[in-house]
Amino acid sequence: MRYLPQTQKSRAEMLAAIGVASVDDLYRDVPKSAFIQGYARIDNHKGELEVERILGAYANENQPAGEGPFFLGAGCYNHHVPASVDYIIQRSEFLTAYTPYQPEIAQGTLQVIFEFQTMIAVLTGQDIANASMYDGATAAAEAALMAMRVTKRDKVVVGNALHPHYRETLATYIGNQSGAVLTEGQPDPQTACVIIQTPDFTGTPHALAEWRKLCDETGALLVVVVNEIVSLGLLPAPVEADIVCGEAQSVGVAMSYGGPHLGFFATKEKFLRQMPGRLCGMTLDADGKRGFVLTLNTREQHIRREKATSNICTNQGLMALAFTVHMALLGEGGFKQLARLNHEAAILLADSLAKVPGVKVINKCFFNEFVVELPKSAASVVRELAQQGVIAGYPFEDNRLLVCATEMTTDTDIGIFCEALREVL
Amino acid sequence: MVAERKIETIEKASSMNMMDQTRGLNYEENLLWEKAPGDHPGVDLPAPQNSTLRTGLAARSTVGLPQVSEPQVLRHFVRLSTKNYSIDHGFFPLGSCTMKHNPRLNEKVARMPGFAHIHPLQPESTVQGALRVMYELQNILGELTNLRGVCLTPAAGAHGELAGLMTIRRAHELNGQGHRKVILVPDSAHGTNPATAAMCDYTIRVIPTKDGGRVTVEAFKEALYANGGDGKDVAGMMVTNPNTCGLFEREIIECADLLHKAGGYFYCDGANFNALVGKIRPGDFGVDVMHINLHKTFSTPHGGGGPGSGPICVNESLRAYLPSPVVVQDKDGSYHLEGVDERPTSMGRLKGFQGQFGMHLRALAYILSHGADGLKQVSEDAVLNANYILSQLKEDFYVPFAGPCMHECLLTDKLQKDVGVTTLDIAKTLIEHGMHPMTVFFPLVVSGAMLIEPTETESKESIDRFITVMKAVAADVKSGDTAKFHDFPLSAPRRRLDETKAAREPVLRWKA
Repeated sequence: MRYLPQTQKSRAEMLAAIGVASVDDLYRDVPKSAFIQGYARIDNHKGELEVERILGAYANENQPAGEGPFFLGAGCYNHHVPASVDYIIQRSEFLTAYTPYQPEIAQGTLQVIFEFQTMIAVLTGQDIANASMYDGATAAAEAALMAMRVTKRDKVVVGNALHPHYRETLATYIGNQSGAVLTEGQPDPQTACVIIQTPDFTGTPHALAEWRKLCDETGALLVVVVNEIVSLGLLPAPVEADIVCGEAQSVGVAMSYGGPHLGFFATKEKFLRQMPGRLCGMTLDADGKRGFVLTLNTREQHIRREKATSNICTNQGLMALAFTVHMALLGEGGFKQLARLNHEAAILLADSLAKVPGVKVINKCFFNEFVVELPKSAASVVRELAQQGVIAGYPFEDNRLLVCATEMTTDTDIGIFCEALREVL
Repeated sequence: MVAERKIETIEKASSMNMMDQTRGLNYEENLLWEKAPGDHPGVDLPAPQNSTLRTGLAARSTVGLPQVSEPQVLRHFVRLSTKNYSIDHGFFPLGSCTMKHNPRLNEKVARMPGFAHIHPLQPESTVQGALRVMYELQNILGELTNLRGVCLTPAAGAHGELAGLMTIRRAHELNGQGHRKVILVPDSAHGTNPATAAMCDYTIRVIPTKDGGRVTVEAFKEALYANGGDGKDVAGMMVTNPNTCGLFEREIIECADLLHKAGGYFYCDGANFNALVGKIRPGDFGVDVMHINLHKTFSTPHGGGGPGSGPICVNESLRAYLPSPVVVQDKDGSYHLEGVDERPTSMGRLKGFQGQFGMHLRALAYILSHGADGLKQVSEDAVLNANYILSQLKEDFYVPFAGPCMHECLLTDKLQKDVGVTTLDIAKTLIEHGMHPMTVFFPLVVSGAMLIEPTETESKESIDRFITVMKAVAADVKSGDTAKFHDFPLSAPRRRLDETKAAREPVLRWKA
């Protein structure tokens, strides 16, 4: 009961002031049949120590990165987060604030969103970015829906190897629109957009000039998905795109078994009013001081209701803060250096795995992850290595394994991985 | 003095040395890009040793990020933080948002390495503890709602609404009812309800509630059987209960019965579950599917706009159509994430991975802490606090719908508006008095709405202070002392901001 400040005395005083005998009198509009006397499987309250022990025991049943060599990526990445990031996001003023609907007392959150929008715009080579999306997969789905609104067409084309979960999420979202089609291949004159992931799901980075040309010829929008945002410190900015969206978990956000992560969404200025999600803009207050507000909300559900560009409301504010703090620490120099270190670790991993008998590196090009072909079932290799404390990667297509290296990967980790592979192959 | 000079353009305001306007503990803070760039960043990384590239593309030369040291970064964000109001500062009666205390135990638990540093695609044998957390939360939410099919994937309330409506749609499609295209929504609904229905390609039919603030059987029948129909074009209804006027829908069971007879499903927006949790189960008043805002009822922090988490709970008739994945327990006792390919009738995948796991953990820590007895007290105190406010302010402000209310109470500015003091002025006056305003101008069914949700984590003392300030506002307006209200706030980090300018001349990013 430690979270409840009312006392028996204060409750009695308040009931008297209201003029009712008991709190149940206040529930008199509720049908009697809806009340429950107790719950079979929910205990009574517990102290902090007890809760910590219960959940601590569950935590100990897991095998986290950091306890052993770790080579899993596939849309969620194991990166270092500086200590300052977690300190800042745990400040009450950020952690326990609401969406900044009262801008006079929310300038902290608002300026952070403005800085986040600027960082995403700069990284993606786009004009503008919103205040965040749930994750990369839903950002990609919203991009497809926006392209359908802009072009008034209903065909969405996946142009290359898109993360399979993104593909499934797209199918769910697109499937809601009657007449909408989701397909693979190249854009044609009925196409709303073509979606290109870079680096793609298998780790290969893509040049975009040819896709831009195809889009110009057909009138389709070019949607570029990036789910390893650190790659933008080494790969060219996708300036050719009409929309760049994806996952920014890699900067500042823990893997946390799949969430909360950080979707981002950037586009060209001409599409501003078709964009989903919240936007923060700069303005002046009554004294002429610079300040920030949520703006252009006539696109949003609380004003437009069924005519809104999206139903998104709460997004990933605190994760956007974590990203902004981490990116501020990295800065221009640190971010590019981090990208280099990731690439360098992946090169070392590729060269080491190539020397393991039976292992074939498939990618010619990659950023920090790539595919290897194994002489046996990749899923069984992953299971066997997990028993030895090595998280080997993402198995797919029977004998293929998607592996990833980051700045967290040490030479020792790579050595242990290769040795373990030699033993099981 | 610089601070008193009125500036008309953003360019002029930006080019001034903002830091010079700092006074006392009120810090001005410029943008990261406006700081003099340093020689080195705020991290020390090892120097790359290898200059060869295997990306197949040219290396990027410039990104366009700022570059400053660690102490500058810390100071920047700490200063910005001081410009925010938060639940840890004080009273935050934001109706429909349930701004309750956020226990720090939850934060500690979510940061345990065994939870924070596991990957969503790790072999299931290496994440059994995490799956157990999800499985137990699924069961508890199922029990609290009496809707036993639970999927934790949705990322927020609006995402839960989407999941819920798509589950309904999938059920209709697989049962030869795909022609049903209408969703009934009361006019008091959250904006996300019609927006979500539109995303599912549904047509909205509005149930008017303006007269009594509630859905009546009569109004419901008119909507269900509109144009002489038999209700067979209706896929379902979306009703928030308690509703956004703070009232319990008294006739909801009758409406649900009629809807069910016509073949529709009842979706309940769970935004207001805090009035019911531990005491009343939505599955017992006709609900077929409901989303739960873990960031409202179950205390996970709002974080200045997310992350939220919006699990959905459904009854047996809809379980097979839930989104994927869901956590199941296998015969050997181990836990397993059942994916799209194992659940052929599922409506599909909603999100990259299995949901906002960090929020699932925090919610479970909260539920274990409160237990069944504590949760019952939560809803009772929340309802008591709201009714206490209503009882103390009903003479001073207009009450559009008579109480008792549930966990929030609705007032309007009807008694003040005629002399020129509006809901907006009242909100900004609360800011001047060091409180967060209530929800304003929502719900839309009344003019000048003020929706007040104190939550159970406020003491009588803090509620009394709010009541005192509100009574003083009403008294000042009555005595004709109204001019000052238009100027508030005077003491906040910013005065009222020009939102028209922001929308007409959008500046959405920093540019050199």
